[in-house]
Amino acid sequence: MTDRVKALRARSLDALPSISAERARLLTEFYKEEDGKHSVPVMRAMAFRYLCEKKAIYIGEDELIVGERGPAPKATPTFPELTCHSLEDLDILNTREKTSYAVPPSERRIYEREVIPYWRGRSMRDRLFKILPDDWKEAYDAGIFTEFMEQRAPGHTVADGKIYRKGLNGFRQDIAIALERLDYANDPKAVDKREQLVAMDIAADACILFAHRHAELARKMAKRATPERRHELERIAEICEWVPANPPNDFWEALQAYWFCHLAVITELNGWDAFSPGRLDQHLYPFYRWYDRDEAKELLECFWVKFNNHPAPPKVGVTAAESGTYTDFANINIGGLTHDGQDGVNEVSYLLLEVVEEMHILQPSNNVQLSRQNPDTFVKAACRVIRKGYGFPSVFNADAVVQELLRQGKSVEDARDGGTSGCVEAGTFGKEAYILTGYFNLPKVLEITLNDGVDPRTGKRIGLPTGPVISFDDLFDAWKRQVRHFVDIKMRGNGLIERMYAKYAPAPFLSLLTDDCIAKGLDYNAGGARYNTSYIQGVGIGTITDCFSALRKHVFDDKAVTLADLTAALADDFQGKDVLRARLWNKTPRYGNDDDAADDLMKQCFEAFFEAVDGRPNGRGGEYHIDMLPTTCHVYFGSVTGATPDGRRAWEPVSEGISPVQGVDQKGPTAVMMSAGKMDHLRTGGTLLNMKFTPGVLACEEGIDRLTHLIRAYFRMNAHHVQFNVVDAETLREAQKDPEAHRGLIVRVAGYSDYFCDLGQALQNEIIARTEHETV
Amino acid sequence: MSTALRSVLNKGQEVRGWIFNVQRFCGDDGPGIRTSVFFKGCPLRCTWCHNPESQLPKAQFSYDQERCLACNSCFEACPEQAISPEALFPKESICTLCGSCTDACPTGARQMLGQSLTVDDVLAEAMRDREFYEESGGGVTFTGGEPLSQAPFLIACLSACREMGLHTAIDTSGHGHWKDLEAAANLSDLVLYDVKGIDEERHKAMTGVSNRRILRNLYRLSATDASVWIRIPLIPGYNDDQKSLTALGCVLNDLPRRFPVWLLPYHELGRHKRNLIGSDEAPRFETPSREHVAECADVLRAYGLDVLTKGNL
Repeated sequence: MTDRVKALRARSLDALPSISAERARLLTEFYKEEDGKHSVPVMRAMAFRYLCEKKAIYIGEDELIVGERGPAPKATPTFPELTCHSLEDLDILNTREKTSYAVPPSERRIYEREVIPYWRGRSMRDRLFKILPDDWKEAYDAGIFTEFMEQRAPGHTVADGKIYRKGLNGFRQDIAIALERLDYANDPKAVDKREQLVAMDIAADACILFAHRHAELARKMAKRATPERRHELERIAEICEWVPANPPNDFWEALQAYWFCHLAVITELNGWDAFSPGRLDQHLYPFYRWYDRDEAKELLECFWVKFNNHPAPPKVGVTAAESGTYTDFANINIGGLTHDGQDGVNEVSYLLLEVVEEMHILQPSNNVQLSRQNPDTFVKAACRVIRKGYGFPSVFNADAVVQELLRQGKSVEDARDGGTSGCVEAGTFGKEAYILTGYFNLPKVLEITLNDGVDPRTGKRIGLPTGPVISFDDLFDAWKRQVRHFVDIKMRGNGLIERMYAKYAPAPFLSLLTDDCIAKGLDYNAGGARYNTSYIQGVGIGTITDCFSALRKHVFDDKAVTLADLTAALADDFQGKDVLRARLWNKTPRYGNDDDAADDLMKQCFEAFFEAVDGRPNGRGGEYHIDMLPTTCHVYFGSVTGATPDGRRAWEPVSEGISPVQGVDQKGPTAVMMSAGKMDHLRTGGTLLNMKFTPGVLACEEGIDRLTHLIRAYFRMNAHHVQFNVVDAETLREAQKDPEAHRGLIVRVAGYSDYFCDLGQALQNEIIARTEHETV
Repeated sequence: MSTALRSVLNKGQEVRGWIFNVQRFCGDDGPGIRTSVFFKGCPLRCTWCHNPESQLPKAQFSYDQERCLACNSCFEACPEQAISPEALFPKESICTLCGSCTDACPTGARQMLGQSLTVDDVLAEAMRDREFYEESGGGVTFTGGEPLSQAPFLIACLSACREMGLHTAIDTSGHGHWKDLEAAANLSDLVLYDVKGIDEERHKAMTGVSNRRILRNLYRLSATDASVWIRIPLIPGYNDDQKSLTALGCVLNDLPRRFPVWLLPYHELGRHKRNLIGSDEAPRFETPSREHVAECADVLRAYGLDVLTKGNL
């Protein structure tokens, strides 16, 4: 690592996340002046341009890649047009123990005097909660599902390579042609399309303007700089004048071009998962070939720091609980396939792995897309980084992802150009809006079912009265109907929210980068993308499977306890029923042990959820599909779910991803993978399997081989993803006791890595409890 | 299930064997990712035995006080009153091994160790990790206990695995009939052969048996074309001194063929297991340091042997 990178990295690590009211203030100013004068898309684009024109420009000491969303690193802007934080929210952000954001009094004052008075009642969140139906709100409050778009905009998308080929001026030409072709006489939508296209053009212009302001500042700074730095600043100025308007000419320009587009996407709206460059190794390779390796590496490391400077926009309430982290889920793909289906690994892939290993910082997340066609050298290089215990890269099955996308109706070329982003979600890069809409609490629905539609936590009837249960099949069927009931409620809410975003929160800049928004003259949020997917993410498949397994064995087969007695014991959280709880916990055939009986139940539960969701139409001309991933929502869902029939105590986390219930897998990692492999991954848009190894298992060259073989064998079963934590429980316990001494400890949480000490205690405990797969 | 698998399974239905564990993802008993099948019953009584539950050639019970809720379910469930708060381990003369106590136990504190399995059972379990064997070049290892002490069952298992194309290994003390060892080795892709020490009297004292047969079998085995790894458990105070190691080096060097030698340093995991099965305290050994293991390896290497040690076992 060069001295420059060391310094930049240290500064990024030391900077404390804070709230900046700059964006909120500028936006409020603009809206007060302009509201009502323009169509919605043009208004949004002009607001974006206003931000690009007025916001403070920051170029840090030693930086080679420039540009910040806020006025300084980790100064995090807010998006009052979507969620207008209250003063209480700001105070919570300022003082909460985990993932806090400092709120300087100046920023609080701006909120109090300017932002809140204007946006209260006008923000998307306020408007949504006014019109969402009561049954939706009740289910939401009960913790049956969460809602992604309640505090952040739809995003969940990834760039393809066109930025590097065309530059924004290329897109502007496309827009000009599209405007030219509008047929006002025969197309009733032509006027709407014009507004969208004009908005996209303004957005492109705004981003170029933003880059030029950096050039201007760099030139100014160059005058006062040391000769060496002056040379760099002059080069930065040249680059910012050229990209992103034009196609980059070299490695440095390519990285800077992407970075401006990234900033534009995350400034325009606070879409989920920020934005990601996609197949960075393949995009950069043409620029790398003639470049010096060390220089390229330094630039990449400077680029890495930029991601780390951008914590997620601050979340509060349930949304903070479902993904309580600073990470904004930008995720770099390494490896995979090329457009024509060949091995996509190149020299830059290895360079990226080196960067990941050296940088060892929270953001960006990174992953390996592993195809059968990729060489073992590549997997092993990735395994060597995994073994370090940073929690990344996570590993995806590139061949399975292609099949998943094909099943969803994508062309084979588009599917190969796809991959995964966010946590584990599959999508076609640069061509798809694949929106995660919310997590769905599978075990909670069983709790409601066992209580005939009533939530025992609140005593409210929120589900269907499914009637008396005589057999196991009755019970399963009742749960299935209840799942469908709540999925229906969720989808009705989604439809409404989707419409609101389509109408009132278009994203003209993101639309520029997403095929076929320009061709269709339609916004990203309104169905302009070539593919428009909505995902609902199932949570707690391990817990729900084990619950049914316990019910079948102990209630219906062994008749060791009646359903009424069990339900009563659950209501009391097994108070005075230790023996019953122990039996349920220890003597139930459990998912995760390659036990066919338990795993068949998992398949049935999966199938029920799949049938309730998959293939139903969304409001953007696309379809619903399922994902099986939790982020940190399994902790929140656990906290609203009472004791469960598998012996889980009330309010404890439910199982995470498609991993077994924490600590019940007794047959080692191959059995876990066999169990998980029985799920039909190809009919999802992503599953998440978390495995934890202590360092001993992965020691020596054999450890690397072992990990490689585990991954390859799991992927032979068409599995989607696996990630590894390499730490021992003792280390984690020490970190819990003495967080100061373990600040740098990164663990894999769920689809992303996080600082262990930043996690809530429940989640920390759960990570400790996850089975350690020791070979003795 | 494929018809090939079914026919193999059906063929093996007659013979049964006592098995106390089928452990998956074992990395040290041969190449690749392996499943180890632990045979119950062993003619040796090594004082350092790390699988004390492997010694008796039939089922037995284990009891783990730490997991026990003291709920008395097991006592109530026992039809023979073979267990009570005063007698936590069943009286052998009364216990019929019916398993009522382990079924009744809500926590798994009480467990039955050892099951009588058919070749089908073993093969079905072994086949479960086939994907992992194929990726890693792994397979099945028959270990124990002493697999040769149930030779017909071992042979049947090995044949069945071979028919299914699985890589097979046996892990033996060598204390068995030559014809059994020869037959088993013939059906195995690899023989892991334990050599504990050369001095006969000390061998007797530490393992309960003479090593004559073991060394004779090793000599005969090395005259076949079997692929063999020698494994030496490194037990401080027994075989880790210069003299013992020199003797081992001489003998291994004098064999018709030279085999790779693995040094397996003593570890303490067996001690806890002794408590679980109500065994007497065993003598305590020091866990050899990494440096000491390296020194011992060097003594053997002086004889031109290829000596391997497991990093941190």
